Amino acid sequence: MRFDIPNLPEGTDALRANVRAFLAGYDWGPAVRARSWMGFDRGFSRELGKRGWIGMVWPKEYGGHERSGLERTVVLEELLAQGAPVGAHWIGDRQSGPLILRLGTEEQKRRILPGIAAGELAFCIGLSEPDSGSDLASLRTKAERTNEGWKINGRKIWTTFAHLSDYMIALVRTSPAPEGGSRHAGLSQFLVDLRTPGITIRPIKDMLGEESFNEVTFDDVLLPADALLGREGAGWEQATAELAFERSGPDRVLSSFPALSAGIDAVGPEAAVPIGRLVARLNTLRGMSLSVAGMLEQGQSPAREAALVKDVGNSFEQHLPEAIRALLEPEDTPPALRALLHDLVQLSPTFSLRGGTREILRGIIARELGLR
Amino acid sequence: MSEIGDAITGQIDRLLNDGNGPTRLRRLEAGEWLAETWTALEEQGLTLALVPEDAGGVGLSWADAVAIWQVLGRHGAPVPVAEAMLANALLASPVEGVLTLGASDAPFGRFAAHAVTEAGVRPVTGHTPGLNLAREPRDALRLGASLTAGGPSPRAMRLGLALLRAAQMAGAARHALNLAVEWANTRKQFGRPIGKFQAIQQSLALVAGEVAALESAVGIAARAVDARGLLDAGFEIACAKIIAGEAAELAASRVHQVFAAIGITEEHELHHFTRRLWSWRDEGGSERAWAAEIGAEAISRGGAALWADITSRDVRTA
Ligand SMILES: Cc1cc2nc3c(=O)[nH]c(=O)nc-3n(C[C@H](O)[C@H](O)[C@H](O)COP(=O)(O)OP(=O)(O)OC[C@H]3O[C@@H](n4cnc5c(N)ncnc54)[C@H](O)[C@@H]3O)c2cc1C
Repeated sequence: MRFDIPNLPEGTDALRANVRAFLAGYDWGPAVRARSWMGFDRGFSRELGKRGWIGMVWPKEYGGHERSGLERTVVLEELLAQGAPVGAHWIGDRQSGPLILRLGTEEQKRRILPGIAAGELAFCIGLSEPDSGSDLASLRTKAERTNEGWKINGRKIWTTFAHLSDYMIALVRTSPAPEGGSRHAGLSQFLVDLRTPGITIRPIKDMLGEESFNEVTFDDVLLPADALLGREGAGWEQATAELAFERSGPDRVLSSFPALSAGIDAVGPEAAVPIGRLVARLNTLRGMSLSVAGMLEQGQSPAREAALVKDVGNSFEQHLPEAIRALLEPEDTPPALRALLHDLVQLSPTFSLRGGTREILRGIIARELGLR
Repeated sequence: MSEIGDAITGQIDRLLNDGNGPTRLRRLEAGEWLAETWTALEEQGLTLALVPEDAGGVGLSWADAVAIWQVLGRHGAPVPVAEAMLANALLASPVEGVLTLGASDAPFGRFAAHAVTEAGVRPVTGHTPGLNLAREPRDALRLGASLTAGGPSPRAMRLGLALLRAAQMAGAARHALNLAVEWANTRKQFGRPIGKFQAIQQSLALVAGEVAALESAVGIAARAVDARGLLDAGFEIACAKIIAGEAAELAASRVHQVFAAIGITEEHELHHFTRRLWSWRDEGGSERAWAAEIGAEAISRGGAALWADITSRDVRTA
């Protein structure tokens, strides 16, 4: 594995400045900044959509803007560095949209992509189930063929923003795993309109007392034939490719960045050494994340590189609020920073869970090393 | 990396991959000068690698240089050819033969004909021997009058040495990790290779992440030096040396854990690399010193400037 830093295209300086100037008009409090891409704000997503900062790399005919992947990365970096509430379009822009663009039918692309790019359509990811977390291939939600299409039964869980979203891309079983064969066979992906009868979405309160993820029950849910996304039976390969998008971005390094910028203003000169270490790690991991973006831009599929960067990135973003906290007595911590740290400390356990746990990622790295 | 840099890097790797690596390091640590290794590497043009072509050098970039230094690090850097390469890069006109940097703790100083100091190129006339914890020569030198009108600034030498050591540490850490993976796939306990145990896999995966981060940090720093020169790449070099120091602790402790008792024996090659990691992290500025520098800068500029500052340092190469 090599992590070469790409050249950011010439125009990105101006683009960065534009996004920065736009964001300077917002003054989010600590609660928003701590959540960033876990914060759902359709109004803000629409504003970004108007400016062409969602679906940036997609073809214009589907509402995209035909910008480069590195230009998109620059926009993402700026949004995350400010802790902007980008959750309403994040999943659609990051993985659902690209998946539809790659595998969807012409009709699906025309129906869905312009809405995501406008910040109008929100997506959620239907992978995990009550008995299938890390061992995703054991999932049991199933789709059976009907005369008109498909009938889905089963249950998804931990589905972030299902209660606020328009669509889910669900991975379900469409035929039994072959006897003695791979459990990865017989899975398919569906584009599910969440208004379809038979779908029950029950928000699950998290330890912050908030509702961000859900249990989604499918009870004889009838879907039209064209709800199938991609190829029947190819769901595992498709979902794995989707994970490469999910794991590769700056959102795996910068989730808690606002704690560093705010922390720097609260500490004294005696904190130079620990701050310097954090800054060094930030700069390095940000470079690695850019490097993965560069590989994607060149048409490579850096799934293992993305897993490695996510792992080192998650550890950094998880450690960051603790590191800042260690430099300040609570009573000397400015109230806004204290609120930010309170939220980040509670959110940070999720960083090494969502999108594949630390152990699963390290398993991927170990295989790459030749250990499995 | 350039094509010629690539070719030289491959050539050095082949040259040092002659099966005598551990023997060489043992001889060096017993006080021997590895004349044949020095000559072989000098013949590759390494000492003049960073000198511009019009000054009689090879004209490699710093990106090429750190790739070479990483290869040298993977082989334990048995002769001070990286130091000579750096020293010549800092001089107006290059010097032939064995060169060292500075007058105190001079790497391989006892074997050097000349030392490059702030005053210029000075002949080595005597030394008081010293060793770092890897038992590499780090000598206090007695020097004759300068043969040149001035030399590089202490800042440039410190930056160059920090980058050099960070790059070598990336190589040494990569090699230690490779050794550990190989061992984990070979050593059997409870009826299977220990690499089949998840505890071992997870531990080495963590090392792999750190080593990749270090390699990236070194690459970022070299890119900055190529774009802006050593003196204006202080931030990136500091980052690389900080990550190097942090990676050294993690990598050394984890790979030793995987090898257990055999890994700490004199006979095993592992310690040559872990002891170099522990030595090199202290040279060219410790991670603490560099963190103090960039941390103080970040604090004085203020939190709002941090992100803008990092992104403003992005480099575009030709
Ligand atoms: C905030 C948040 C948002 C999420 N959003 C979504 C979403 O939108 N859509 C969705 O589908 N899912 C979502 N998830 C679910 C997430 O993908 C799972 O939590 C994750 O895959 C782990 O599954 P699990 O929670 O069932 O844990 P388990 O798989 O039961 O794991 C429990 C522990 O065992 C470890 N473990 C499991 N298998 C192994 C193994 N083979 N070797 C070593 N250790 C192992 C795990 O690493 C973990 O530490 C979200 C999770 C969180 C926390």
